[in-house]
Amino acid sequence: MLSLRFAIPTANTLTPPKIKPKPGLVVQTAWNQTDLFPSLPKRYDYKLQAATTDLSVAGDIPAEEVVELPAELSRELLPKHVAVIMDGNGRWARQRGLATSAGHEAGVKALRELIELCCQWGIQVLTVFAFSYENWIRPKVEVDFLMSLFERALKSEMESFSRGGIRISVIGDSTKLPTSLQKLINEVEETTKHNSRLQLIVAVSYSGKYDVVQACRSVAEKAKDGQIQLDDINESLIEQELETNCTEHPYPDLLIRTSGELRVSNFLLWQLAYTELFFAQELWPDFRKDEFVDALSSYQQRQRRYGGRH
Amino acid sequence: MEKEVMSSLKMEGNILCSASSFIRKCIFGVLRVGAIPNHIAFIMDGNRRYAKKQKLSHDGAAGGGGRYDAGFWALMVMLLYCQELGVKYITAYAFSIDNFKRKPEEVESLMTSMLEKFHLLDILVKRLAVRVHFAGNLELLSNELRASAMELTEATAAYSKSVLTICIAYTSRDEILHAVRESCEQKRIGLEFGNDDDDEIKLMKVEKNMYMAVAPDPDIIIRTGGENRLSNFLLWQSCWSHLHSMRVLWPEIGVWNLVFAILNFQRNKTYYLEMKKKEKEL
Repeated sequence: MLSLRFAIPTANTLTPPKIKPKPGLVVQTAWNQTDLFPSLPKRYDYKLQAATTDLSVAGDIPAEEVVELPAELSRELLPKHVAVIMDGNGRWARQRGLATSAGHEAGVKALRELIELCCQWGIQVLTVFAFSYENWIRPKVEVDFLMSLFERALKSEMESFSRGGIRISVIGDSTKLPTSLQKLINEVEETTKHNSRLQLIVAVSYSGKYDVVQACRSVAEKAKDGQIQLDDINESLIEQELETNCTEHPYPDLLIRTSGELRVSNFLLWQLAYTELFFAQELWPDFRKDEFVDALSSYQQRQRRYGGRH
Repeated sequence: MEKEVMSSLKMEGNILCSASSFIRKCIFGVLRVGAIPNHIAFIMDGNRRYAKKQKLSHDGAAGGGGRYDAGFWALMVMLLYCQELGVKYITAYAFSIDNFKRKPEEVESLMTSMLEKFHLLDILVKRLAVRVHFAGNLELLSNELRASAMELTEATAAYSKSVLTICIAYTSRDEILHAVRESCEQKRIGLEFGNDDDDEIKLMKVEKNMYMAVAPDPDIIIRTGGENRLSNFLLWQSCWSHLHSMRVLWPEIGVWNLVFAILNFQRNKTYYLEMKKKEKEL
């Protein structure tokens, strides 16, 4: 069986990427490469610090303030809705000889930083893929830990989100979640429903296919009851029944997936029709401000044609 | 590209074509040591940019549509390579419903080009024993184009070596809507005649009514032209697909592009099979 020891680059941008040297990192010069020649692997600067169980990192989300964007970004071209597949917590922990739980906790810290940046830079909706429907098959110990981590994170951040103007919505099959977590989710959603600075949509026990199927079932019910005719079933009706109907901007402009995996893994299938995809090599806990700027910079250079002409 | 296809089919060629074909088959032999995808889908982006580079004709009426000829041969070459490799299902995104938004003369040029290629496509697919299937809302096409598509589908229905699905007047959302409407209609008929007690539309029923029901989910989706998006293509079927974007324009795609896409797929195959298994278990 052939196996590659080096990454094959995929084209994420149409123009040469801006290279920022980082300590301990071998940077690939992608522009002069063709797709025939794979890039050298990046060497990560391993930080062997122990993960803590303290989830509140840097205090509250700052109140509304005018924050300057990094030089390479333009405010007019920022995406309204960013979606993130937070992949790589387990691998991050294994690389450091830590337990998987430490990876998940580090992931929560990275998420917190991303939420802060989205608030500061005026991104309106952030959807994160926290736990997929397929993840229920993971070992019970890990699943139980993740459920307790969600509960702890929600409890510790609820007040901070309220003060920071963040509205929380949770999508996915909540019937499989522990009852205490379901109650907490309802409470958080109710408490934050009038906030408008940033809408954070957390996908837990979520499957893109089942989202579409449940939307189609709702529409089919309406057709059966005579509320609508079969010929009236259109994209707009389906959109209204999808779980992302909790936001005015249900379709992400940009999807970021970390850890180098090149797939969407059953996340937001209908909604991703015209979304720009960005695949980052970094593992989720290592995805910080610089990496987010790279993703946004790549997005801003894309030409979105929606099937029409240039 | 045209010479390569013709040489491989022994329709014409020279010693150089034969040598390159031999080398390619050796490379494919090495690739086959690893897992070969069962289904590859192509988003054929970059034809217009290629035509601009080559300064090809924009004229659709007077036998033009020359700008899409290179794209057609690129598809035939990929079909040939995939068959040599043992990839059974090939899907190509030829024309999206969104593309109707382009200028009428451009749409006309593309439709004319497609119609002109049917005869050649007919010869080639029969030579390769490829079953051809057209996925999309064919009612949006002209009568002539729709009739040619139906004719080719019927003429190749018996072939089973490989299946080429051409997505034309297609978007994934339209496909899902069509499947839902069909499922509702079937449910209504089933309930009416007492054949169906279950009141609910099931996922499997919706999947059976998709235009793409003839093929399994794609293992790899290759997009040329440098963009990194799905553009309303196979949204339902792509949940576990390996997405491979390449900068090369569609008419310039070559054997090495395909080889590296498959090598990348082979690296990640274990994860992909695991997730497909988990989805079935759930």
